Amino acid sequence: MTFEFASLTPAFPEIFLALSGMLFLMIGVFRKEDSTQLLSWLGVAAMGVTAYLILRGPDTALTFQDLFIVNGFTSFAKILVLIGAALTLLMINSWAQAAKTARFELPILVLFATLGMMMMVSANDLISVYLGLELQSLSLYVLAAYHRDNTRSTEAGVKYFVLGALASGLLLYGSSLVYGFSGTTSFAGLATAMHGGEAHLGVIIGIVFVIAGLAFKVSAVPFHMWTPDVYEGAPTPITAFFSVAPKIAALCLFLRVLVGPFAPMIEQWQQVIVLISILSMLWGSFAAIAQKNIKRLMAYSSIGHVGYALIGLVVGNEEGARGLLFYLLIYLFMNIGTFAVILSMRVNGKYVEEIGDLSGLQKNHPGMAMALAALMFSMAGIPPLAGFLGKYFIFVAAVNAGFVPLAIIGLLASVVGAFYYIRIIKVIYFDEPGAVFDKPDMINSAIMGLCAVLMLVYFVVPSKLVEGAQAAARALFLG
Amino acid sequence: MTALSNFITGLPILSLVTFLPLVGALFLLFVRGEAEVVARQSRYVALWTTLIVFFLSLFIWIGFEPGTAAFQFEERVDWLPQYRIGYHMGVDGISMLFVILSTFLMPICILASWDAIEKMVREYMIAFLILETMMVGMFCALDMVLFYVFFEGVLIPMFLIIGVWGGGRRVYSAFKFFLYTLTGSVLLLVALLAMYFQVGTTDIPTLMEAKFARDMQYWLWLGMFASFAVKVPMWPVHTWLPDAHVDAPTAGSVILAGVLLKMGGYGFLRFSLPMLPEASAYFTPFVFTLSIIAIVYTSLVALVQDDMKKLIAYSSVAHMGYVTLGVFGGNQQAIEGAIFQMLSHGVVSGALFLCVGVVYDRLHTREIGRYGGLANNMPKYAFAFMVFMLASVGLPGTAGFVGEFLVLTGVFQMNTWAALFAATGVILGATYMLYLYRRVIWGELTKADVKEMLDLDRREIAILAPIVVITMWMGVYPLPFLDVMNESVAALVNNYQAALKAAGETQVGAHLGEQLVAFLR
Repeated sequence: MTFEFASLTPAFPEIFLALSGMLFLMIGVFRKEDSTQLLSWLGVAAMGVTAYLILRGPDTALTFQDLFIVNGFTSFAKILVLIGAALTLLMINSWAQAAKTARFELPILVLFATLGMMMMVSANDLISVYLGLELQSLSLYVLAAYHRDNTRSTEAGVKYFVLGALASGLLLYGSSLVYGFSGTTSFAGLATAMHGGEAHLGVIIGIVFVIAGLAFKVSAVPFHMWTPDVYEGAPTPITAFFSVAPKIAALCLFLRVLVGPFAPMIEQWQQVIVLISILSMLWGSFAAIAQKNIKRLMAYSSIGHVGYALIGLVVGNEEGARGLLFYLLIYLFMNIGTFAVILSMRVNGKYVEEIGDLSGLQKNHPGMAMALAALMFSMAGIPPLAGFLGKYFIFVAAVNAGFVPLAIIGLLASVVGAFYYIRIIKVIYFDEPGAVFDKPDMINSAIMGLCAVLMLVYFVVPSKLVEGAQAAARALFLG
Repeated sequence: MTALSNFITGLPILSLVTFLPLVGALFLLFVRGEAEVVARQSRYVALWTTLIVFFLSLFIWIGFEPGTAAFQFEERVDWLPQYRIGYHMGVDGISMLFVILSTFLMPICILASWDAIEKMVREYMIAFLILETMMVGMFCALDMVLFYVFFEGVLIPMFLIIGVWGGGRRVYSAFKFFLYTLTGSVLLLVALLAMYFQVGTTDIPTLMEAKFARDMQYWLWLGMFASFAVKVPMWPVHTWLPDAHVDAPTAGSVILAGVLLKMGGYGFLRFSLPMLPEASAYFTPFVFTLSIIAIVYTSLVALVQDDMKKLIAYSSVAHMGYVTLGVFGGNQQAIEGAIFQMLSHGVVSGALFLCVGVVYDRLHTREIGRYGGLANNMPKYAFAFMVFMLASVGLPGTAGFVGEFLVLTGVFQMNTWAALFAATGVILGATYMLYLYRRVIWGELTKADVKEMLDLDRREIAILAPIVVITMWMGVYPLPFLDVMNESVAALVNNYQAALKAAGETQVGAHLGEQLVAFLR
């Protein structure tokens, strides 16, 4: 048996990101003054280069004994994750100026978490799935508990860690069952082993465990309990990160696992996903109504959005994948924009998080009010904002595949969801002006402005973006 | 003139009329200066934009070819080829006049808000301009997704208009309006998706030719009905309307009554009838029953209102009852009557809300009992109000008569019982309107603050005079309006009846009388 060096080319982006992360760590340790801001800028630059490397890299490739795959789908997902992470770093930068608690580890942890997500997306074997997932999760546990002097934050961190470890355990246990009953962990091998849809009960149980573990990572009901606490406890830019990048990565991984190796078992897993999708949509809508803290509200909102995205997964075909990817794309910008607004909710230098605090927005910052209103209407899925198109594509896929009741439930849940989104608009526009917010800084204004404008511009020329999502979805089903 | 008209109609006129208001709104975003200056400029920009749009839209009418049922001024651009959604615009005899109605009411609304709106004037004008884009776009859209986008998009500006510039329980009303309509609309979306699944396109003219299985039609019809019935609004889903009307600012009420309610009736004509003929026939007794309940019941409710706006709001529900009755009457007279009724109701009820706005601006109350004897000190106002009141009653020679009469004759051919019950609404309508008029305009001028009220000023005359003229014109010489819609309605009716015959459905309403009587017992 000859030993060949694995080709590193397909993994260049990941390698580059890992090396930059280590380098930044050195910079942070050896530089005398606080390097948070410097490192966040450098992080953005590194992610830009990584994205460039992804775009320039091979279209499809396998490496590391087929543990690692690169194709149009993974590239698309990685670019989304990188955009989310880079925007988060920008927000960390602006947050670091205001909050005195920032430390240089923050951007570096984000960087490593991002690296983990990229590995997840590219994983082509249950082992490498777990590797990527853990790199991501461990970084996120630390990030969640970042305010270590704050009880809420430490509580969030511990909660997230315990439940996350449990979920990882479930995933690992599920993988071992699958391995035990099919004799392989590689995606291609599993697909062959399960060919025909006939599999041992043990495999099915294994799949259910894997799904449970992944559902935890995307915070789908009933594995969502950690979400509101973590969202509330973590520093706002980190919450923004939590709400987009890990969700995108985990949903893409979800998609790859289910329509890849487990595709022959679609009959089995479809029912499970339908259930968690419905529960997430409903719970995300109803539970959000009672929230007063805007970060908790966003937590429930993200649970609901994951529910919609999962519909794309339920469908399990190319159209569903396309809808899901497009949804994630829009979701990314909606959420980041909203968090840029939340990050600008400061009264005399102090951050506030109550929804009621937004009441002064229209009078004092009309531009910001308009941006938030656009984002909220988009979240609610009201045309002509981008959020509507995202939902539309998902529901088209659902109806075309015959899931009409699911689409109806989803749409009715979106009406309930619309209630709490427009309640925010009510606070901004209808209520008597309250406290005056400080002037939002440049970075946040730019991010929220960009996202809000995107919500409108998407609608003028959506076909290019759909093309991107379509190419990615096609790549997923080819490879 | 013809050269100009040829030039203008050679442009993509529908897109121009649709999106020009948006350009005005964008322009307003960048107006800078002191609050006072910004407010004044916003008013003028909005007024000029809407006037130009109205002027341009007249060329649609001028260039419109009445001798054909085909869609005219068509524009088609690939928008989302992956989903076979196109940007497809066009008007036919059914939709064209609604475009004119929207653009006609818009400058009037801006003028009506001239002094009444004091806070956030710029945002107000932006909201109205966006609203105009959505309304016009909705009537021109020939792609279902495009239609849905405009149809739903209306919610955003209207929600803000009621919630920000309204009075009373504005927040409650705005939410009620929004959620009611949204709930109905998502079911329309499901129907739309299902049709897309069946036919593979969302192009309206293509869908009109498509045949759907009967069972499928029922579900699709119900999905659409959920949306359009809320918009019309039909009894029993009309309860958002009185609230929304009462709490909206005057101009908001005008648009709400004048155009937004027509979206439902238009939807029935554009989608339910041509695309789902068998289901439409099947559900006709159901629609008739609801319409008759709406006509009789809301007329009685209107009779006991103390709030002027609420009274007119309930009268709107009753008048829209004729519309739904006419639409599902399914013959030439009934449908033409329904369209005409929508147009005349758009103008007349809009005008009535303006009349309420006139006195509300002076006394800041809408309670009927607080007024009385206005004929003495406001004769011009009393005259204008009288014209609109009589038009609303349906007096021959005014706009209201033609529509109601056509609907009743059309429906009578189909079902005498339905026509009989509906006709009682005419009497009730006269009762509550005349009663309102007596309490507000006639009588002794006793209250001190009412005595102080001044008659219409120049701005108000400029608002009301054109509507008076139109109301009379539509009543005395309705031919230009009916001519335009003739061919399109004829095509619609022919296709509808042909489809029913092909499906072996009995003539609608043959067995309806007994059912209705049984139901009402």
